[in-house]
Amino acid sequence: MTTATARISRPGHHAATPSRNTRSRERALAWARRAPLLPALIFLILVTQLPFVVTLIISFMNWNSLSPDKTAFAGVENYVTVLTDPDLRQAIFTTILLTVSVVLISLLIGLGLALLLDKKFIGRGLARTLLIAPFLVVPVAAALIWKHALLNPTYGLINGILTWIWSLFGSATAPQLDLLSQAPMMAVILSLVWQWTPFMMLILLAGLQSRPMDTVEAAQMDGATPWAIFRHLTLPHLRQYLELGGLLGAIYIVQNFDAVFTLTAGGLGTANLPYAIYQTFYFANEYGLASAAGVVVVIGTIIVATFALRTVFSLFKKEAAR
Amino acid sequence: MSTLTPAAPQSTPPGPTALNTGRTPRRGKARMDPTRNNTAAGIAAWLLALLFAVPVLWMILTSFHSETDAATNPPSIAANLTLDAYREFFGETSGVSPWPSLINSATASILSTVLVLLLAFPAAYALSIRPVKKWTDVMFFFLSTKMMPVVAAILPLYLFARTVGALDNIWFLILMYTSMNLPIAVWMMRSFLAEVPEEMLEAAQIDGANLMLILRKVIAPVAMPGIAATALICFIFSWNELLLARVLTGVVAGTAPVFLTGFVSGQGLFLAQVCAAAVVISLPVLFAGFAAQDKLVQGLSLGAVK
Repeated sequence: MTTATARISRPGHHAATPSRNTRSRERALAWARRAPLLPALIFLILVTQLPFVVTLIISFMNWNSLSPDKTAFAGVENYVTVLTDPDLRQAIFTTILLTVSVVLISLLIGLGLALLLDKKFIGRGLARTLLIAPFLVVPVAAALIWKHALLNPTYGLINGILTWIWSLFGSATAPQLDLLSQAPMMAVILSLVWQWTPFMMLILLAGLQSRPMDTVEAAQMDGATPWAIFRHLTLPHLRQYLELGGLLGAIYIVQNFDAVFTLTAGGLGTANLPYAIYQTFYFANEYGLASAAGVVVVIGTIIVATFALRTVFSLFKKEAAR
Repeated sequence: MSTLTPAAPQSTPPGPTALNTGRTPRRGKARMDPTRNNTAAGIAAWLLALLFAVPVLWMILTSFHSETDAATNPPSIAANLTLDAYREFFGETSGVSPWPSLINSATASILSTVLVLLLAFPAAYALSIRPVKKWTDVMFFFLSTKMMPVVAAILPLYLFARTVGALDNIWFLILMYTSMNLPIAVWMMRSFLAEVPEEMLEAAQIDGANLMLILRKVIAPVAMPGIAATALICFIFSWNELLLARVLTGVVAGTAPVFLTGFVSGQGLFLAQVCAAAVVISLPVLFAGFAAQDKLVQGLSLGAVK
């Protein structure tokens, strides 16, 4: 590539050649620039875009691999089923509830933690490291720990601590929780909030540390209360970081499979769309229906993604302009 | 690392004066921000940090307990420590070894990461150092593929693998993980390559340095920590993945997360063993994560946050 640049900048050569020659050279140069990009681009199109096109086609077919002779074009029938079948409708609702609640709660706690970690105190580095740890436990392992070691109704840590605290006051009848069977959705949300709060905290902390300190100090000089500084200086600055964290988090949590699969196996209304789709094609062999549900997820994600892309883009433009 | 570069010239003037001027404004800030406040914040932060770390600490502690001590209510915190759970996890009595699945996970994660780097580095180069026309559009195409949930493409991939006989084949999984991580790797690497100062690149070109020399002497020193962090993050995502592994692999190519789900349903419940298994499987991720800690935020936010 460097040789190509050197050749084109040689002036004498340039004057002698007709315009067609320069144009082909420019084209060659443009392709030389594009070449390093192509392997990645082609690979991704083959492995992600092509399968989705196939999903789209299958979603309009009546196809159950257990009765292959009945395979036929189905029109929008599968989509009607996705939107009317109570289980799948429940799965859509569960996906929305799970995503929204996990993102909002972990953003709020993450914001609180980031504000605390923004201050200087003894052992800040270690506290930060401890806070990152939940994010660095393999999700399946984390879900298993929550299910068996923490939330188990007979010997989980949470009930154990309740028993211990009550026994301190001489009571043998401590209240015992059984989230997994009484509020399974809360159990899933709890474990996911625990895993995702560190992610939000890291992004918000980076946002806090990038805020211009001189305006904050000027406000302090003028006697602004900490709340006023937070409300009028910190929060507006953090807005795009909150959006970024929320939307990146949403992209991952919409797709969550591990926690639902491990904690509740999709029981008691906790099956989200990824889990329901997995069930529909892997166990029920309803290929057409599973594909239609997959397309519905993509449409939902596109709606979220347009917002996500806009946020990422605004941060990105700022960075690219530097 | 990147913060070191601008700081370097400041450290050249003789020590004491430079240090003093650096400290005075900070002392002033501390006066406005009472230390009492910071102590309260410190205590609150520590309490919350411990609260968040309790599940992890409890997992580690329980993994060193015997099964009878692990399953008590109230918890037996001070019980004797033992390695029994680890011995059991590694198949001492059951004879079922987790090693094949751990090796599968390592193979899939490491090889897919290598493939991702090989594909993403040239792409990131063509998006930052010598950008193609409309490079932002290309960037957003990459990102949009990441936003498509895996479930929306998994059925055709499964059917394709079944047709060509690639089910339960680690290589097919490696290709899947490569496509899963490629978009984020391109974004991360572009952000790290964009930190290479343009003047340095131009100077090297004027001096007639060839591409290899520029890569080695100009780009690598600035971008290497970022590339390493990208690799570590891709490794983590591949190591953690469950859905694709569950659908596309079986007895031969099953990865550690798949083993973990089967381990529990197959063995009934042995709490200490579950904890030991979780610890063993999480160790590589914990190491990789802490190794990448400095660049973790920039990487996870796809380069949007520094």
